[in-house]
Amino acid sequence: MGLKTSELSFDERVKNAKKDKFMRASVAKAQDAQFEKRTRAREQLGHWNEWRELGEQIRQHAVKHLPDYLEEFSENVQKNGGHVYFAKTDADATAYIKQVAREKNAKKVVKSKSMVTTEIDLDKELLKIPGLSVMETDLAEFILQEDDWDEPTHIVFPTLHKNRDQVREVFQKIGYEGDNDPESMGRFARSYLRKYFMEADLGITGCNFAIADNGMINLVTNEGNADLTMALPKTQIVVMGMERIVPGLKEAEVLDNLLCRSAVGQKLTSYCTFSAGKLDDELDGPEDFHVVIVDNGRSNALNTVFEPILQCIRCGACLNVCPVYRQIGGQGYGSIYPGPMGKVLSPILDGYENFGELPYACSLCGACTETCPVKIPLHDLILEHRKVEMNKLHLDHSMTNVIFKTISVGTKAPILFKGALMGEHLAMKPFSNKKENSVENLYPEGKIDKVPKIAPKLIHGWVDIRDLAEPPKLRENFRHWYDRHEKERKRGEQND
Amino acid sequence: MHLSMKVCIFSTCIVDLLFPNVGQAMVEVLERFGCETVFPKGQVCCGQPTYNSGYSKETIKTFYNEIDALLSVDADYIVGPSGSCVGMLKEYKDILKDDPNYAKKAQILHDKTYEFSQFIYRVLGVLDCGAQLDATATFHRSCHMTRLLGERTAPFVLLEHVKDLEMIPLHNVQLCCGFGGTFSAKEPEISEAMVDDKVNNIVATNAQILIGADQACLMNIGGRMNRRGEKIKVMHIAEVLNHNVDLSRVKYVKDTDHQMVPANGSGVF
Repeated sequence: MGLKTSELSFDERVKNAKKDKFMRASVAKAQDAQFEKRTRAREQLGHWNEWRELGEQIRQHAVKHLPDYLEEFSENVQKNGGHVYFAKTDADATAYIKQVAREKNAKKVVKSKSMVTTEIDLDKELLKIPGLSVMETDLAEFILQEDDWDEPTHIVFPTLHKNRDQVREVFQKIGYEGDNDPESMGRFARSYLRKYFMEADLGITGCNFAIADNGMINLVTNEGNADLTMALPKTQIVVMGMERIVPGLKEAEVLDNLLCRSAVGQKLTSYCTFSAGKLDDELDGPEDFHVVIVDNGRSNALNTVFEPILQCIRCGACLNVCPVYRQIGGQGYGSIYPGPMGKVLSPILDGYENFGELPYACSLCGACTETCPVKIPLHDLILEHRKVEMNKLHLDHSMTNVIFKTISVGTKAPILFKGALMGEHLAMKPFSNKKENSVENLYPEGKIDKVPKIAPKLIHGWVDIRDLAEPPKLRENFRHWYDRHEKERKRGEQND
Repeated sequence: MHLSMKVCIFSTCIVDLLFPNVGQAMVEVLERFGCETVFPKGQVCCGQPTYNSGYSKETIKTFYNEIDALLSVDADYIVGPSGSCVGMLKEYKDILKDDPNYAKKAQILHDKTYEFSQFIYRVLGVLDCGAQLDATATFHRSCHMTRLLGERTAPFVLLEHVKDLEMIPLHNVQLCCGFGGTFSAKEPEISEAMVDDKVNNIVATNAQILIGADQACLMNIGGRMNRRGEKIKVMHIAEVLNHNVDLSRVKYVKDTDHQMVPANGSGVF
């Protein structure tokens, strides 16, 4: 699939999302449920803001010393008998993984959910190898795979857009005969997948955190599928974004705590595993252990104002609080990384040409920044993208651009603003009407509820959706009132 | 009474252009509590519309103008009727931190500036403004006021003390109303869905009045409610605190056993 999930324009995606009432209802429900769970889990921990600060410091430190920690990690993986490959691009990463698969003559690959493997389009690349099959073992990703590789719409809950009846339909295609009860469908998936685990010769997982000082991989899951993926096949490949590194176990512990509470509102997920290749005196685990460390555009953020996005621990809390995500869901973004973190990350990984609209699809409400467990200033970074697009790249050549430049001139010169205050009532008068209002106290002069077709898009953007108050008559605006008020006050003082 | 405290009025362009009633109410409340107000006419706009749209270079002179204007009078405080615009003024110090001429001024501006309800409660120490309003109401807690300014409690405390006013909690009070400055006009499809959510939650309270501390959010929500034909009254908190005032009801925090509520509430989000 790759980073980009759609060929439709942003506006078309938003229109489609708006029509999808089921999706919007299910996103809203999930957001509300997560709000309760997340808040409770954080309150239980106590000192939440101090924990966040610690999380931020750990992540900032790791990103700042990224080359050193990656080197330390890589040495330790090799010391344990594993292999490390640094992939500059998605193509480099998939080429290496395919090469390992071929060398091992792998026939059956099991995977456990990993955003980075979706980002590098690994499934599609692997399937190009004749005779090789791939099975996603994370329940949600399994559903997507069986639904003709449907796209994930959330980084933690990939099937947020599907309901139980839709899942049942997908499962019926592979032999499920039961009802739409999630538990019996889960049981079906479990037995269906078990056989693949037993037969698999190559396991591929992602990585929540890579531990620099011992070369281990930390994974947190709720299904245990990642543990089977790591434990059963003879060969394991771990794919990780290059910034997933932490100095040691004690830092991983802090981050797991922040991650689980923020992602799913749990103290800890059902499985929290630290693993590496099989040691000589161990009974199980992969005999051949590879770690693929992926850059794929991440280094574009290094030493720039966008560097904090590399602190991200992929908890998805910012998606879960975002009022825009609530309305357009994951598919609205056209990137496998949706929501606030996706708005920041997608243009960094793949440029403004594909993702330049995302930073504008944001009301800058700051809910993401407020919830982020590692204190990434997400909404500030979204604004930074806008600055790059307007001030550095001058990407907007529309009427909107002209209007904004005009506003910037008008708001720096008191004399021009005075002119606007003098003329606004008369200028708007032709569009205003005295039709009845249901809302009291906003439209003493009348309202503007319609503008001519030729009016700029920006004006239509407001008036097509909501009424605008007719500006007050010159004598009645605030400044004139204040003048009169001041004179009366002075007169009163003189009389005293 | 805090006599002879001089307060510079930061009117905001929205109030200047469209809503004189809000500015008037704010001035009247401030003067009632002994503030001497002053209004520098050079002020225009905090610069948010263009700055937040990415036109950071073009907006610098707007910032300069606002700083020069608001600091042109020797006032103890600067007070405005909008958490968002006040939040923007307070951000100048970070944006202009390397500006040889304005860095220091931006810091002074930051330290002197307060949002209206925050100023009444935290600086003047007023608990009961003496207002009376016989109605049911709900409050829209605007995003920049709560998250950028970090003030999420002062308006609630003040409204609790308005005589005969019954406040009804708003479901999902933390969600943005879909205004977001120019976002509302640039992304009308998304903004419409957001404001409809907000309106639905407001309508569900059955409140007679929607109150807010940011007139721009109220302009958005109210504008949508009027388009939908929802019957409700919209009031800025300054108008509420200025309604049917009886001076004998006025209470200061220091004269009661009220414990000042921290601006950020519990701090778990």
